[in-house]
Amino acid sequence: MSAIAPTSPRTGGTFLRRNAIWWVALLFVLLLPQVARSGTSIAVLNQMCIMVIFSLSYNMLLGQGGMLSFGHAVYFGLGGYFTIHLMKMASGGFFMPLPLVPLAGGLAGLLFGLLFGSFSTNRAGTVFAMISLGIGEMIAASSLIFVKFSGGEEGITADRTDLTSLFGIRFRSEVDVYYLIAAWMVLSAWLMYRFSRTPVGRMANAVRDNPERAEFVGYSQKHVRLLSFMGAGFFAGIAGGLFAVNYEIVTEETVNLVSSGTVLLQSYIGGVGFFAGPIVGAIVYTLLQTLLSNYTEIWAFYVGLIFVATVMYAPTGLTGIIMMHLPIYRAGKLRSLALPYLRIGVPALCCTIGVIGLLELLHFLSVRAVGQSTKRLFWLTLNVEQPFAWIIFSVLAVGGFLVARRVAPSVLAAWEAASLHAFGGRAR
Amino acid sequence: MLELIVFSLLNGLVYGLLLFMLSSGLTLIFSMMGVLNFAHASLYMLGAYLAYTISLKIGFWPGLIIAPLLVGVVGALIERYGLRNVHRYGHVAELIFTFGVAFLIEESVQLVWGRQNVDYREPEILSFPLFTLWGTDFPAYKAFMLAISVAIFIALLLVLTRSRVGLIIQAAITHPNQVAMLGHNVPLVFTGVFGVGSALAGLAGVIAGPALGTFPGMAAVLGSIVFVVIVVGGLGSLAGAFVASLLIGMLQTFAVAVDYSLEDLFAAVGITTSKTSALIDLYTVTVAQIGPILPYLLLVLILIFRPTGLLGKREV
Repeated sequence: MSAIAPTSPRTGGTFLRRNAIWWVALLFVLLLPQVARSGTSIAVLNQMCIMVIFSLSYNMLLGQGGMLSFGHAVYFGLGGYFTIHLMKMASGGFFMPLPLVPLAGGLAGLLFGLLFGSFSTNRAGTVFAMISLGIGEMIAASSLIFVKFSGGEEGITADRTDLTSLFGIRFRSEVDVYYLIAAWMVLSAWLMYRFSRTPVGRMANAVRDNPERAEFVGYSQKHVRLLSFMGAGFFAGIAGGLFAVNYEIVTEETVNLVSSGTVLLQSYIGGVGFFAGPIVGAIVYTLLQTLLSNYTEIWAFYVGLIFVATVMYAPTGLTGIIMMHLPIYRAGKLRSLALPYLRIGVPALCCTIGVIGLLELLHFLSVRAVGQSTKRLFWLTLNVEQPFAWIIFSVLAVGGFLVARRVAPSVLAAWEAASLHAFGGRAR
Repeated sequence: MLELIVFSLLNGLVYGLLLFMLSSGLTLIFSMMGVLNFAHASLYMLGAYLAYTISLKIGFWPGLIIAPLLVGVVGALIERYGLRNVHRYGHVAELIFTFGVAFLIEESVQLVWGRQNVDYREPEILSFPLFTLWGTDFPAYKAFMLAISVAIFIALLLVLTRSRVGLIIQAAITHPNQVAMLGHNVPLVFTGVFGVGSALAGLAGVIAGPALGTFPGMAAVLGSIVFVVIVVGGLGSLAGAFVASLLIGMLQTFAVAVDYSLEDLFAAVGITTSKTSALIDLYTVTVAQIGPILPYLLLVLILIFRPTGLLGKREV
């Protein structure tokens, strides 16, 4: 045993020290509004924090439990609906401080997780994915039918400032709401991290990797999955509750399959194999969504391209790529990779520019007004009716791709050499 | 009442056979490769849009041939250069990959053809009412759809059971290694089946486009329904897919025609419901309104009580 774990950093050290990274994270998110002061950046931050909780809860299923869900937005959306109904009831009524209302969403997520999980967690894999899709479609369709509860297409609205004030804070401004959401985010993330370290969380990993062996050890794979599923439902409900608090409206869009797809997309791009992966994914996705959509109408297409490229070439996601370089960095060998990366980076950049150019031109052709023939792209004015721009972008795209593919093996070899060095250095 | 039954039966048949054209390819692909292809309905949409463009340039009939072929090529390329690489990461990764491809196809269709409906119409020669019963027309185009679907069904059955290729495919479903040992190129068979399945989806799109509308959401409308069909019928079972297609087709068309709610049922047995109850939606919603939910309800029930599906042999 001691050979496997020669030092145990967890023993000793105070509560404060052991959770140092969490205190730093809390401090960071609390200081963030001092840097990003504008209204839009606060709005983006709010959205980001909600998505971080949602993605982390999704990863309790996919990354830690091996359950691919196509209907996780059900718990997010239902959490949102229950929270907004509570806010409506509580406005002017009974004692209900706003910081606590997301708990209603969490409880709703937990209960529906128990309900739907009770029959969908028997097995993982394709069956689970199909049942989650069926439940997702069912709830999304129901939300348009049962108008009294869901408000139909208009949704349900409430006013958060009507609720009981706590210490005189009425949450009128977005910054106030940001602090509330950020606090919930750090708390939820910490709880989810702690959950992944409990015996139940560890068993969830075991069931993911080999359900049969887990059963032989004496655990029911169904119960282990159900516990993860309920936990995921709870935190998705919390995220939905915070959505309701932030936007003061919940519509069918929160429960539908697009929303379920988004959470899969961002978690996977971030990397489902790591706890921090979905956090990275949610941040990157929200930034792409808000920044990219300022420049191009087809931002969703680019996100889709990134997603497919991740699935095909980097299944460990962005976090995985970073983690691949951590030991090399520690060994001080990162510099040896600069030249190989430059060698593949330049053609890859050319290819990217070419592809973006072609896509933008193609999109322009379909949306342009009659007689309009020039498009501004990359600070250039391009005439789509002349072949010049098309040829240049095609050459960039195809040429860049071919060159990148040619040098890829040598870059891979350079990375392997560097990481071999890094691991070799540590062993010595 | 008779009018309603006859027309619902006919429409259910047309819709059900259309579903079968989609689900036959999907279930074949699943039984060979174990992959549930999320992009299948997107290929259906791609078929409709391609046929629309072709029908503008050279007419409807060439489109009926060319568009499915193009979609088949796209499908084969997806299998050869995408799915085959992802295969080593396992089935969940494959499912995620096809989900990503579906997303990409849907976005690229919007990128090229815009976000509005396109005006894809049936050819002049087929736009007349075939017969009129009780004052309701039955369009000739629907009969044409019916004929194409039946022809495809028979052709598929013949190819799979009577031809050499069909034998190899059937063998590759259950014993891929053995078939490879005998010297057949199993990966090529996989690519071929994926291509043909995609072409069938494309053909379904071509003939459904004028009847059901050609719009960016058309893949989402049918996508999950097709999954329901193959799971309810039993994964990998062609006969099951056929039965389930007709079942779902009938279920949906009949549900639309039934305008009763729980409230009516309660009233019939003498229970009155309170108008102010919180569950008022539950009482007053009609069968027609919950029509869209019924297939998914069926899916969940089947997966709980009969995981092999109606005619399937293996559990999903």
